[in-house]
Amino acid sequence: MDRFISPVLWQFLTKWMHASALFPPEASTISPYMDALYFFLLLMTIVGTSLVAILLFGFCIRYRREKSPVATQVEGSTLLEATWTIIPLAIFLLVFVWGALLYFRIYDPPTNAMNIYIVGKQWMWKAEHPGGQHEINALHVPTGRPVQLTMISQDVFHSFSIPDFRVKREVIPGRYSTVWFQATEPGTYHLFCTQYCGTLHSSMIGEVTVLSPDDYKKWLEESTSGMSLAQNGERLFASMGCNACHSGNAAARGPNLAGVFGSRLTLTDGSQRLVDDAYLRDAILNPSQHVTAGYAPIMPTYQGQISEDGLIDLVEYIKTLQTNYRIQQTQMTSASDQAAPTTPTEGITPGMVKP
Amino acid sequence: MSAPATHTILSLPDQSTAKMPKRHYLNNEDGLLSWLLTGDHKRIAILYLISITFFFFIGGAFAGLIRLELLTPQPDLVAADTYNKFFTMHGIIMIFLFLVPSVPATLGNFLIPIMLGAKDLAFPKINLLSWYLYLIGGTLTLAALVLGGVDTGWTFTTPLSTHYLNTHVLTAATAIFIAGFSSIFTGLNFIVTIHRMRCPGMTWFRMPLFVWSHYAASLLMVLGTPVLAIALVLVALERIAGIGVFDPAKGGDPLLFQHLFWFYSHPAVYIMILPGMGVISEVISTFSRKRVFGYSAVAFSSVAIALFGFFVWEHHMFIMGVSNYSALVFSLLTMLVAVPSAIKIFNWTFTLQKGSITFETPMLYAFGFMGLFTIGGLTGVFLGSLGMDIHLTETYFIVAHFHFVMVGGMLMAFLAGVHFWWPKMTGRMYPESLSKLAAVTTFIGFNLTFLPQFILGYLGMPRRYHAYPPEFQVLNVLSTAGATVLGVGYMLPLLYLGWSLKYGAIAGNNPWQATGLEWQIQSPPITANFIETPVMDHEAYDYEWLEKKTLNEVTTVG
Repeated sequence: MDRFISPVLWQFLTKWMHASALFPPEASTISPYMDALYFFLLLMTIVGTSLVAILLFGFCIRYRREKSPVATQVEGSTLLEATWTIIPLAIFLLVFVWGALLYFRIYDPPTNAMNIYIVGKQWMWKAEHPGGQHEINALHVPTGRPVQLTMISQDVFHSFSIPDFRVKREVIPGRYSTVWFQATEPGTYHLFCTQYCGTLHSSMIGEVTVLSPDDYKKWLEESTSGMSLAQNGERLFASMGCNACHSGNAAARGPNLAGVFGSRLTLTDGSQRLVDDAYLRDAILNPSQHVTAGYAPIMPTYQGQISEDGLIDLVEYIKTLQTNYRIQQTQMTSASDQAAPTTPTEGITPGMVKP
Repeated sequence: MSAPATHTILSLPDQSTAKMPKRHYLNNEDGLLSWLLTGDHKRIAILYLISITFFFFIGGAFAGLIRLELLTPQPDLVAADTYNKFFTMHGIIMIFLFLVPSVPATLGNFLIPIMLGAKDLAFPKINLLSWYLYLIGGTLTLAALVLGGVDTGWTFTTPLSTHYLNTHVLTAATAIFIAGFSSIFTGLNFIVTIHRMRCPGMTWFRMPLFVWSHYAASLLMVLGTPVLAIALVLVALERIAGIGVFDPAKGGDPLLFQHLFWFYSHPAVYIMILPGMGVISEVISTFSRKRVFGYSAVAFSSVAIALFGFFVWEHHMFIMGVSNYSALVFSLLTMLVAVPSAIKIFNWTFTLQKGSITFETPMLYAFGFMGLFTIGGLTGVFLGSLGMDIHLTETYFIVAHFHFVMVGGMLMAFLAGVHFWWPKMTGRMYPESLSKLAAVTTFIGFNLTFLPQFILGYLGMPRRYHAYPPEFQVLNVLSTAGATVLGVGYMLPLLYLGWSLKYGAIAGNNPWQATGLEWQIQSPPITANFIETPVMDHEAYDYEWLEKKTLNEVTTVG
């Protein structure tokens, strides 16, 4: 065959036949739902466009000037117009409801998801696992377990996209955004930054490696840095002097942070706030707006003194604080000097998203 | 009078005796100054036509360079920064200097006063000022380009544009700020003219649909553009003085910029497409010899689009961490805004029914518009659907969708309009068979360029990528091949329309046997448009009125 057409063209065609998929692989639990809606919308487009094309060509043949030398004037038809108002409206509303259900499925993480932090910066992705594993432009996740990403940007807008999982979310400076997925097929998948972020935007890519639960466990053990995020956070907590006020004493100048994560706080202005990752981060950077009722607004701002990674460590640490953390502190510090952190796999662990 | 069974309605005067009219707006005054200081809406329209064509080809050249770079997956043609400047300049030039003024500032400027039976627009001097503002905006854009370019993307996303780039952001922002006022003035002029300067008998529902769609677009220009201006001023202040409105480190909100920007830039797509829809109404009616099916539905759907168009901006931000419930509301409104467009498509289609259809070039472009706009509109529903948007936004799917609406839709409509009114504007015909070839070439090239991009988008290829994974190459090669064909399709009209200025057949007053007031006067029109103020004593698109009128003229002369 390649004797009859140019070799370059032949190569191009065979490459196309072999390598070009029209649809990306389905590698997460969301993918089939996304694809179902996509095929419905494709069908809608094909039927809609064909309908217009058939009417157009039909009328053009039937009423061309040679056949129909004089036009018959028609004013309009309320019935017909109502038809092509109501039918498209009904289809679009169906698409609206379907799309909304999918949106809430993708952006509403299940309560038992394991949490991984993502920090985006020009031009790399940094993934931080609660056990202290750090990755650059790579992300390892297990199959069969919901994974929530809590993401923040250190500079400009980025966007975290894994097309084969059909998930994407903007990574925004100054606030946490989240997305979740549950991978189904072991393998490697593209990770893209999809929001234009400057010179090397198209190099802000990486690889998502999906491992079976056993392989994932092995990977976690092999790649730990020796310190969990919470342990890093504890050191920061001490070195930045946080424990001077947040000592956990009844007479302390700052509120006791034990069990504060997931609770509802009453602030001095009377408003009630749920304490989540975002609240803790904001309270550290902008304390004057987040004063717990009954305390004086004496905490200085830490804006510019602490990196996003450091904030993540602190937040993770505060999450782990149980009833009496002065005792806990000493225990943890001694533990961290001895052993690598354990993998958060079962039960209540620092990696849990929702309390 | 029974029409002969021919395949064309074109009726030209006998070329052996026909002459161009002695006096018309083009030769009424001579010299460059008479053009640069003119208040004549027709001359300003020509000035606009020349300037937007110039910018169209510059923007097009950047598109060509982008497609050339994307021929291979490696970043091998230009450096990353250069590539970023290419797509930024392509976007800024095509949107602010071509698409927004394309139909309104050229065809709209030329035709709206004539269609209403007026001598000129309400404010001729403001009209001229708007062209100068456009020119200043264009010059500043070129300055930004020559001085080293801008790489913010046409969306000027903060904090990238305010804190992280050292390119000519301020120059480009100033350019768009100024060009924005040119658009506001055009809109203002149209609104006042349509309200105040209709000739006797020209009621609102006797106006051509071209005027209705321009009225809707003008409302958007006047109400939306100032918000863009504010957003750009804030970007400038943030860059110069660091006021911190958008800077999270200073307590600002980077999402606020997105809200402000899209509050203009979503209605802006309707500013771009509505005038094009007006062109399609005129062309479809003329070449099927029929009143537009459901005149008032088409007129009101334009107004509905303008109204709903203001309340859907957040659909550009579904993945940006806006509240899930506000996303619900905006998605619902987005679905509603799709309906008036569907109504228009079906009304145009049914205008053909029982007509007497001929297939001159403007009609071919209009058919191209209908096919491509239908696909563009329906793929917009993908993006308006919340869950689907998560996967598709910021990929080539959105690039393809946008180009189907703006290039497949708007540019086809613009070319339909330019060919349709070319004999009126210049007094001469364009070459028919060559222009049909151009229309078909454009259609084929367009589909080859942008259909593969839908597939690329669903596969996940992000937009604004200088380099991409090798498995996307085949589809990118197809797209680049298509862009080459498309380029030829756009060069052809430039050449033959230029040729026709001197050698085209003399058109006469009404080559298409169309009903609009603009076709009842000489081509090219005299400076005052009408010898005496016309009286509109019939509905728009009244072909029986035209037939009687022609018959009377024949009797009187004969």
